Amino acid sequence: MNASPATTARTTTPAAPTTGPSALSASRTTATAARVLRQLRHDPRTIALLVLIPCLMLILLRYVFDASPRTFDDIGASLLGIFPLITMFLVTSIATLRERTSGTLERLLALPLGKADLIAGYALAFGALAIVQSALATGLAVWLLGLDVTGSPWLLLLVALLDALLGTALGLFVSAFAASEFQAVQFMPAVIFPQLLLCGLFTPRSDMHPVLETVSDVLPMSYAVDGMNQVLRHTDMTATFVRDVLIVAGCALLVLGVGAATLRRRTA
Amino acid sequence: MNYEPDPPDTAAPAPAVHADDLTVTRGPRTVLHHLRFTVPRGRITGLLGPSGCGKSTLMRAIVGTQAKVTGTLDVLGRPAGHPTLRSRIGYVTQAPSVYDDLTVRQNLDYFAAILDPGRAAADRRHQHVTQAIADVDLTSHADALAGNLSGGQRGRVSLAVALLGTPELLVLDEPTVGLDPVLRRDLWQLFHDLAATRGTTLLVSSHVMDEAERCHRLILMREGELLAEDTPGALRSRTGADTVEAAFLSLVDEAAGRTRESTR
Repeated sequence: MNASPATTARTTTPAAPTTGPSALSASRTTATAARVLRQLRHDPRTIALLVLIPCLMLILLRYVFDASPRTFDDIGASLLGIFPLITMFLVTSIATLRERTSGTLERLLALPLGKADLIAGYALAFGALAIVQSALATGLAVWLLGLDVTGSPWLLLLVALLDALLGTALGLFVSAFAASEFQAVQFMPAVIFPQLLLCGLFTPRSDMHPVLETVSDVLPMSYAVDGMNQVLRHTDMTATFVRDVLIVAGCALLVLGVGAATLRRRTA
Repeated sequence: MNYEPDPPDTAAPAPAVHADDLTVTRGPRTVLHHLRFTVPRGRITGLLGPSGCGKSTLMRAIVGTQAKVTGTLDVLGRPAGHPTLRSRIGYVTQAPSVYDDLTVRQNLDYFAAILDPGRAAADRRHQHVTQAIADVDLTSHADALAGNLSGGQRGRVSLAVALLGTPELLVLDEPTVGLDPVLRRDLWQLFHDLAATRGTTLLVSSHVMDEAERCHRLILMREGELLAEDTPGALRSRTGADTVEAAFLSLVDEAAGRTRESTR
C-alpha cells in the first residue's frame, strides 16, 4: 500500500434501488418495454412493414386460391399463426444483436437491471406489437376476406400472440450465436424453414415419412399450426387446442429461459 | 474473491479501488499481470499507457464486466462485480453505448428508470436527467436523436448516462478522444468539479500523455504491467523529466533494462 493523501471521501450509502437486482422488477420491466417501443416509434417504416405485410400476404393468398376458398381457409388460418412467429423472430434477433454490439447490453448488465427484467421488457413490447399485427391480420382475414372460422376469432388471436412470444424467444436465443446482422438473418432459414416445412402447412403431418413426423412432433410450430386448425374446425375449445396452446406457451417460456442464460454479466 | 461483510463506515477512508496480484486472461493470453495498486477516494486518477496495454480490460475488471479475473480486486469496499456495486459505479466505455434511435433525453430517461425505478421517483429522475444533460453541455440537443449527433456529442451522451444517480466511482474509458480543445478543457473542469463538490472518485484512461497533468494521481501501464503509480509531480522529479510523457519513456527504458538484465 502506498501513502495515499487523506481524502474527503463520502461514505454515505447511495440512494439505492429498493428492490434487489435479481428479482423481477415491474417498473424496470415496463421501463424497458416502453424504451423498446419508443425506439420503434422513431422507425415508422419498420412498424408499417410489420403491420402491413401479413395483411398484404393474406390478400394475395385469398386471390391466389380464388377458385378454392377451402384451401384459403386451411392455409390462411395456419399463416395467421406463422406470420407473428417469423416477424417477431426477425425483429427480436436483430434488436438484441444490436443491443449486444452497441455496448448497451454490457452497460445495462452493469446496472441494477435483472436479466429477467430485460427479457420480460422485450417480450412485453414485442407482444404488444404482435397483438396489433395479429388483430389486423385476423380481422382482415375473417371479416373482409371471408376466412371461414368455426370457433372464436379471439382464440385465433390468442394462438397468434403465443406464436409471437415463441418467435421473440427464439430470436433472443439465436442472437447469442450471431456475431453480425448477416448471420442473424441467416438463422431465419435455419430455424424457421424446417419448422415451416414440417408443421403441416403443405401436407398433413400424418402423411409424412415416419421419421419426419416424429421430428415434427417436437417442433413447436407444429402445435401453433395445429392450434389454429382446431379453432378453424371446432366451435369450442377442444382438449387438443388446450394441449397445443400449453405446448406453445411452454416452449416460449423454456426458450426465453435458455435465452436469459446467454446474457452474461461478465464477458471475455 | 472474498465476500466479506461491510467494513464499518467510521474507519479511515479506504481506497476506492484496491488491487493485489490482479491477473486477467483472455483466451490463451494473459492481458494483465499481477497488478497491485490503489485508487484513492475523491480524487482523479489517470490510467495511462499506449493503446492495447490493457487499460480497458482493467477498467472492465473494476466495473465487473470482465471474465477470468483472479487475485484481489476490491471496489468501494466490496469485491469487484458485487451486485450492490452496480448502482454505485458509473462506467463509460470507449465507444459510446447509447441507443441511436432514441433522443438524448429518452436515452437518459430509460437509464434513470433502471437506476431509480418507480413512479414515485419520477420527479427526482426528471431533475437528475436534466442535470446530467446540462453537465455535459447538451441541453440544446436534448431532443435530438443520438444517432444524428456527432461522435463527440454521442460520447457525451454516454458520459451523461454514467453521471446519473451520482455514482461514487466513475470509470471513464478515454472520455476525451475526438473532442475539440475547448470541450476537452470543459470536461476536465467537470471532472474536477465532480471530485471537489460531490466527492466522486474518478478513474480516467487516456493514451494522450498531456492529459496526465490534469490528474491528481497516475497509474502508468505498459503491456499489461504496472510501470509506476504516483502523482504527476513525483513521477517527473523521480525520473528527472520535464513532462509526464518524458517520465513515461524513461520508465519504459528503465523497465526494459531490468528485463534485459534478468533474462541475461
